[in-house]
Amino acid sequence: MEAHSEHHIVPKRVYFLVFFALIALTWVTAIVSTVDLGRWNIFVALAIAIVKASLVILFFMHVKYSTRLTKFIVMCGFFWLMLLLFITMADLWTRSWMGVPGR
Amino acid sequence: MDSPVAVVPEIENPSALQHHFETPEQQKDSATIGMWAFLLTEIMFFGGLFLAYFAYRQAYPLAFASASNKTNLWIGATNTTVLICSSLTMALGVHFAALGKRKLLALFLVLTLLLGGVFLGVKAYEYHDKWVHHEVPGVHFDCEGCVDAQHAPLFFSLYFGMTGLHAAHMVIGVFVLLVLIWQAWHGKFTADWYTPIENFGLYWHFVDIVWIFLFPLLYLIDRSGRGLS
Amino acid sequence: MITAPPVVQTKRNYINAESGLMSWLLTKDHKRIAILYLYAVTFFFIVGGIFAALIRLELATPAGDLMDSNTYNKVFTMHGVIMVFFFLIPSIPAILGNFLVPLMIGAKDLAFPRINLLSWYIYMLAGVFGVIVLVTGGVDTGWTFYTPFSSSYSNGYVVMTAMAAFIMGFSSILTGLNFIVTVHRMRAPGLTWFRLPLFVWAHYATAAVMILGTPVIAVTLFLLMLERGLHIGFFDPAYGGDPVLFQHLFWFYSHPAVYIMILPSMGVISEVVSTFCSKKPFGYTFIAFSSVAIAVFGFLVWGHHLFVSSQSAYAGMVFSVLSFIVAIPSAIKIFNWTATMYKASVRLETPMLYAIGFMGLFTIGGLTGLFLASMGLDVHLTDTYFVIAHFHYVMVGGAIMGYMAGLHFWWPKITGRMYNEVWSKIAAVLVFAGFNLTFFPQFILGYMGMPRRYHAYPPEFQVLNVLSSAGASILGLGYLIPGIYFVASLKYGKLAGANPWGATGLEWQTSSPPPPENFEITPVVTTEAYEYGAQEVLHVG
Repeated sequence: MEAHSEHHIVPKRVYFLVFFALIALTWVTAIVSTVDLGRWNIFVALAIAIVKASLVILFFMHVKYSTRLTKFIVMCGFFWLMLLLFITMADLWTRSWMGVPGR
Repeated sequence: MDSPVAVVPEIENPSALQHHFETPEQQKDSATIGMWAFLLTEIMFFGGLFLAYFAYRQAYPLAFASASNKTNLWIGATNTTVLICSSLTMALGVHFAALGKRKLLALFLVLTLLLGGVFLGVKAYEYHDKWVHHEVPGVHFDCEGCVDAQHAPLFFSLYFGMTGLHAAHMVIGVFVLLVLIWQAWHGKFTADWYTPIENFGLYWHFVDIVWIFLFPLLYLIDRSGRGLS
Repeated sequence: MITAPPVVQTKRNYINAESGLMSWLLTKDHKRIAILYLYAVTFFFIVGGIFAALIRLELATPAGDLMDSNTYNKVFTMHGVIMVFFFLIPSIPAILGNFLVPLMIGAKDLAFPRINLLSWYIYMLAGVFGVIVLVTGGVDTGWTFYTPFSSSYSNGYVVMTAMAAFIMGFSSILTGLNFIVTVHRMRAPGLTWFRLPLFVWAHYATAAVMILGTPVIAVTLFLLMLERGLHIGFFDPAYGGDPVLFQHLFWFYSHPAVYIMILPSMGVISEVVSTFCSKKPFGYTFIAFSSVAIAVFGFLVWGHHLFVSSQSAYAGMVFSVLSFIVAIPSAIKIFNWTATMYKASVRLETPMLYAIGFMGLFTIGGLTGLFLASMGLDVHLTDTYFVIAHFHYVMVGGAIMGYMAGLHFWWPKITGRMYNEVWSKIAAVLVFAGFNLTFFPQFILGYMGMPRRYHAYPPEFQVLNVLSSAGASILGLGYLIPGIYFVASLKYGKLAGANPWGATGLEWQTSSPPPPENFEITPVVTTEAYEYGAQEVLHVG
């Protein structure tokens, strides 16, 4: 069991770098949304959000410096969220495929 | 099974070590994993709302796009900035807790609290604004200029549901912060033991992450004005 | 085999270490919390059973003559809500799991004892809401709360009931959280994952389902309460809301929930079969992994409850295939338990009777699940008594038989007393016979087309319904008798030694009942799990 995580002090410099990246990405996403990218707008917005969330998780929440178990738990969380979202949406997306109303 | 041998010697209990744990490391690690397991439940809790959002946005894209334009993009972006600042101050609070710096810890917790308060205040303003413009479903709903107005209430239900749930989490966080500030000021946390600060930090950052997704999904649908087809 | 001499009753144990009501209500001892749960859960089992009796009384005659249809709707709803949320989900984990997991891993308590106590208070709070619903007139939506009936049209106490289930969910989440952290971080020295008892593996898998699934039902009920209370439209078709979305959200939890009910039960069966065959479970590793597989795959199949909704046929096909696949790990367990019994010297004590009953009844229940997983068949069988028979076979013939096996197996450990073995065997037989008489006819009724949730039915179904109601009375008697001899055992039962069954496992190496701190000295594990043969029992001091 890796016990080193709690002794690892993240330097303040790292926090500030992450902070500036988050602020920058926030304003990027706001400005990009005013540009017409067609159906890609949502993908770009979500991609930026995922990058921001990853920065918060890895650095602010120390997951980069955590035990394997912590990392595994975090992965499980997002994996299960994806299960909920994608499998249900798969129903909604395929409803019209059979050409029969409501099927 | 062989007769067990007592291999764990009688250790003098450090003051914060609970009786059912063998070592402080075990206790701290357990608390951290427990907090993450709890955050997992929060991911799935918000997840249901995200599912409803994606389901209805896919079904009624025009309604969602025009309803989303009723939110104020720059207020939303500013509020997002405020929340990210509060995440920074929280992370710094944890940092100073780990270094045993009582006063700096308390300072950054107070800053986090203030920034959280600003966020909630802005949210309250936004809610009031929606109320005044009849954009609250179930209460004289009348969305002016909404395309596909019949389905607009779905967007607003999700807006209030998702940001409301998020705000409720922030309010809880604010109350916990008040307690932690009081405790921190009175020297309860040391470089050897500051687990509640760290675990609260995880909670606060999680709430920030939820907002990181809420902002684009609720405020930034079709801001280019072209109208989704 | 050496067993410790009977423990003198005045020896300090977790029951007599402290006295007074507050020492129980403010306890942090996982064993006492398990007892608190035992009282609460048993109360709700009785209430749920009374509703079952009312259902079977009504259905003994074709006409709806005992109660009107609205009342009947409330009766079956309350039966479902109470049995699912207040009995089946907590029963084994909160009682046997709480009591035994720390003992089995050689720990002094769970990772978070105060959160454990909190989970019981949350359960009781949910129970208060449940009782309020009961006495104020109930809810008539079915335990599945389908919208838009529940959100827009029902005249019952939907919000209150949803609140009860919502609060209950948090009790479940906290229990699961505790188990996960405990199994990861509190195992005794030398106790590696593959030396863990299968009961612990089962509870670990269950705990994962609890924390990943329960929040979804919580948010679903939250949305339902918002819609009903504030008229914010999430599921209202007038605004374009999709009632099928509710069903997706509801079943995303409620299907894995049935694995929360069965996995702990399967854990019990592994322990009981192994003990009463004095044999290591055949294919230990497969049984361990199958628990995890059931937990994971259980999250991928919920759409089989939506076959006849407007769910897309393509999604339905995928869910159908996955539902067939999820049966495989369960089947592996049945094969392995059977193989454990092969050429073993089987002792037919009461727990083993329940375990053998489980194996047969769960097999029938599981196989009939495959009928329902086939979309074509499901179109005819859905919402008929076939479904009811199926899930009662797995939940009662499976989960509850496992619960009874576990209670009878660990009763000596928990109370320090043995119960009357003659009556316990009689009761086990009555339960088995009564259960089959109650529910087997329902397969036929469903196949013949009798719909569920109706208080009246065509006269040609009467004979089978009467058989079913007769069976229910025998089943009820079979559950009543243990209530009597268990209580009697507390005063008159033979004192139990540390290991009356000759089982392996750390919980049998400490006294019956255990001391508050579980072990006098922290055990160190140097052997594999389930090593029968000459055992030296640790000196309990």
